Amino acid sequence: MNLLKVDNLVTRLRNGAAIVDGVSFEIAAGETFALLGESGCGKSMTALSLMRLLPDGVANAGGAVQMDGAALFDLPEHDMREVRGGKMAMIFQEPGLSLNPVMTVGAQIAEVLALHQDIKGMQTNQRCIELLAQVGIPDAARRVHEYPFQLSGGMKQRVMIAMALAGSPKLLIADEPTTALDVTIQAQVLRLLRDTQDKLGMAMLLITHDLGVVAENAHRVGVMYAGQIVEQASREQLFSRPLHPYTQKLFAALPDAARSGQPLSAIPGSVPPLGSIPQGCRFAPRCDQAWALCREQTPKWTTVDGRGVRCHLYNSAESRVLRTESLSRHSALSTRDSALGTRYSALLQVEDLQVHFPIRKGLLQRVVGQVKAVDGVSLSLPQGRTLALVGESGCGKTTLGKALLQLIPPSAGSVRFAGNELIGTKSSRSAMQMVFQDPYASLNPKMRVAEILEEGMTALNIGADSETRQAHIDGLLDKVGLARDSKWRYPHEFSGGQRQRIAIARALAVSPQLLICDEPTSALDVSVQAQILNLLKALQRELGLSYLFITHNLAVVEYLAHEVCVMYLGRIVERGMTEEVLRSPKHPYTQALLSAVPRIDGAGREYVKLEGDMPSPANPPSGCHFAPRCPKRMAECTAYPVEAEISATHVVRCHLYDRRD
Amino acid sequence: MNFIPFILWSDALVFLLLAAGGVAAWYVRRREHLLLPWRRVARSGVAMVSLLVLSLFLLVGFLDTLHYRSALPQTNGSGKVYSPEVLSVFDSLVGPLRTHTEKTYSEPFALVLYAKESISDAQGNIVRDYPRLQYGGAHLSDASRRDADVVKRALVGGGLGLLVGLLSFYLTHGTLRCTSGCDRGVFIATLILTTFIGAIANLAIVYHVLGTDKVGQDVLYLSLKSIRTGLIIGTVTTLVTLPLALFLGVAAGYFRGWVDDIIQYIYTVLSSIPSVLLIAAMVLMMQLFIDKHADWFDLAALRADARLVVLCLILGLTSWTGLCRLLRGETLKLREMEYIQAAQSFGVSSLRILTRHIMPNVMHIILIALVMDFSALVLAEAVLSYVGVGVDPSMISFGTMINAARLEMGREPMVWWALAAAFGFMLVLVLAANLFADAVRDAFDPRLNGTESKA
Repeated sequence: MNLLKVDNLVTRLRNGAAIVDGVSFEIAAGETFALLGESGCGKSMTALSLMRLLPDGVANAGGAVQMDGAALFDLPEHDMREVRGGKMAMIFQEPGLSLNPVMTVGAQIAEVLALHQDIKGMQTNQRCIELLAQVGIPDAARRVHEYPFQLSGGMKQRVMIAMALAGSPKLLIADEPTTALDVTIQAQVLRLLRDTQDKLGMAMLLITHDLGVVAENAHRVGVMYAGQIVEQASREQLFSRPLHPYTQKLFAALPDAARSGQPLSAIPGSVPPLGSIPQGCRFAPRCDQAWALCREQTPKWTTVDGRGVRCHLYNSAESRVLRTESLSRHSALSTRDSALGTRYSALLQVEDLQVHFPIRKGLLQRVVGQVKAVDGVSLSLPQGRTLALVGESGCGKTTLGKALLQLIPPSAGSVRFAGNELIGTKSSRSAMQMVFQDPYASLNPKMRVAEILEEGMTALNIGADSETRQAHIDGLLDKVGLARDSKWRYPHEFSGGQRQRIAIARALAVSPQLLICDEPTSALDVSVQAQILNLLKALQRELGLSYLFITHNLAVVEYLAHEVCVMYLGRIVERGMTEEVLRSPKHPYTQALLSAVPRIDGAGREYVKLEGDMPSPANPPSGCHFAPRCPKRMAECTAYPVEAEISATHVVRCHLYDRRD
Repeated sequence: MNFIPFILWSDALVFLLLAAGGVAAWYVRRREHLLLPWRRVARSGVAMVSLLVLSLFLLVGFLDTLHYRSALPQTNGSGKVYSPEVLSVFDSLVGPLRTHTEKTYSEPFALVLYAKESISDAQGNIVRDYPRLQYGGAHLSDASRRDADVVKRALVGGGLGLLVGLLSFYLTHGTLRCTSGCDRGVFIATLILTTFIGAIANLAIVYHVLGTDKVGQDVLYLSLKSIRTGLIIGTVTTLVTLPLALFLGVAAGYFRGWVDDIIQYIYTVLSSIPSVLLIAAMVLMMQLFIDKHADWFDLAALRADARLVVLCLILGLTSWTGLCRLLRGETLKLREMEYIQAAQSFGVSSLRILTRHIMPNVMHIILIALVMDFSALVLAEAVLSYVGVGVDPSMISFGTMINAARLEMGREPMVWWALAAAFGFMLVLVLAANLFADAVRDAFDPRLNGTESKA
């Protein structure tokens, strides 16, 4: 007996474009159904349609939803309120925005309890504490009376889950529940969701774009593209043999070490705008297996071996032969140069760099403390190589990048670029450039692409006159794969991936030798991420660029980087060649970080559970910063460890590897 | 020549503003991508209708700004003697409106005064009755034919106006059919406006369309004259406000640190002084100055004008703080945007970042704030005139009109038309400005518009 049955759900914009177009699926009690897809494909709208909470301008246009025997679309609004929170609860992507900042956590949970469980008065507090304890919040009795700002991101998401659980729902809708969280916290939250589900037997609708999250938590998966479910299968079926070309492409677009030699198979183009493809397969323009029929006739839902797919490959008689294109994802490691970093002459040499922000208090603004965002970092980056800087948010990696560019004045230390000291000088602006995280915030919306690209050249007096500059701009646009006439357009006319290309072109405009890439792909979809990574790799080959790649995405590191530095609380705890660090991590933090990444191969992995959150850099723990969370804590950890060499290139700061002679 | 042009200080400032606008228009015309948003404005019906209304106001204000003194018949040796009265082109255009002054209040379209007087009739008896007006409806011998005459004149005037509207449309478009390249709303609005103006003009020749005030001046004339005062208070003040608010606000937000501290202290102090007191003190000082140097201000118009300009200056000095604070806040947000950091990493100079990156991105705030300020300033002028520190009492403005009408509100039967006229004119002016600014802001927001790429 299925708990939820969605049949041919259609949701349209006022202007008639279908955001959700004929989506059908079923969820049984105790089962997790994942909706997987890129941004803008209608995942969240599907969930909101189920809750009947569609925003203005979007309306339900057909289909039926049965839950527990009740047809949700026929219920009057009054009864629907009972269903929301009571039978069906939702948790959202951004925990910081979904809690009311002026109410205590307990009061917010109590609201749900009073509405759906009719628990009032004395019992409320007791039940709140139980719920918070259930979602693994330590010291729940005290936390009940705290405000959201006193909690970390992971804690807030736990509170959101507790709130959702407060109404004892039969179905939990989780809309990208871990996207805004760090990997280690994500692992905690995913585990919590799994455990809670096992315990309570809830059904769960998990909405995500992350194949890793799907592999960890889902039982069955629906792959969405442009408002339709294009493939539906159990997790095992999907991961062992994806049928739809789109799903295959999604898998192929994931970066990892095995393919660091060759370019990723990116999906060309981007998701089509709503309603732009009235007939034919919506994926056809981006599909390399498409033929004439795909553009003329909308493919039917076809059932193959107990799983569904919407593709002509599987229903036209002549091509019944299943293209079981096995994705040889675990082929032998490609030949990659594992040469030692020392063989390259260092382009960038950073020694003991510190960035401290003073904390001022009182009337006279006396300095009462320091936030040690970057606290003694040394690294070196050779010409034409990629160094990845890995760490969770708040560990100081972005600050380090900006300090290198002198956007934030460093407090101490030295930065030498090609042998010249940079600190205290304003030179070599052109030799180092930055690509920012958010392509929507990094381009001035009031300037056209040509002006954006020309700005750096004008500021640094590159190019004799406007003619040469325009020619240079044309060249740059060719290089990053944009049409030349796009230079007369404004940034808002481009998609996220195209914007990131513009941002890269802007950085390249002044012919730098080093690009500092600050999470350049974290705001992009998987298929677009692959395009950008390919572009970066091609540019490195072509121009001999060096990259300092700041990221929290370890898969990207594996694919792109030659060397890795792992940062924790302003310091580098482990450094080495990519393979050394990622294949045999030595520092307990690196081990925990790696184990927290959800892997799509579903291979059994040892999960190193990290307790708590990262401490504040204003008040770091004495001794080894990681000691309070470290599963291998020892007595020596009260002193900060010195560097221990594992190999010529692999260095770790941990007492476990101290030479005891 | 029997007149000489005469330029008052406020006229000079208006010409300065017009010149700046002209230069800006010329600059924009030569650059296709800057012209594009204005093309979008031109395509918006609401914008064009409000612009049409606004430009009527501006036209009246501009005509009223072209001042001259006419020559008197007597001569002084070789030179001509010019009248001490400074008139404007507008005054001469609406001649009868200005000169047809009754004795005191009369209702709109009235034939008689609003108060009874002792008059002697044909037989020489003294009767207490409403006397006939000297000019209003004087061509009618029979009072009962007034309504028919009003309708007839309105129809004739309206018909002529409609004809003029259609003719002008025909001359510009070469056809009378509103097809492509023509906004039906604008077309209809133009016809309605020309018809309306035609009717009013034809009526105003012989009637007091909006009645007369205490000293018998035509209220329609007063309202039209008030437009210039309102426009000057609204626009010249922004000449003072805008640079202060823009540069200080953006600098405070961008540079932070001690620059921010100083600017914040200045505007905190300034905004904590009661602005009415400050304005009163300044205006009274100006009055004293004028009285002391009476020889510098030998004409009444000069005195009134000096007070108007000072009022603009002081209003500007007290009203920049709000916009400055707003811009500082917005800049604080913008300076953390990644495109600003990208520019910094190119070593782009601070001045360039301010002008290229920050200012264009706060323009929408400025535009909205200015229009809000414009309406607030027109209203502030009315309040200040009430306190007695506004424009010179001899200067016609909405403020003085409302102030005068205020006294008669308690009277029974009420004198309502002066207040209603001032209210109506201010409403239309401010509303048109608001709608137009709204449309301009939308047209300039790239996120709301898919731009066509340049060929």
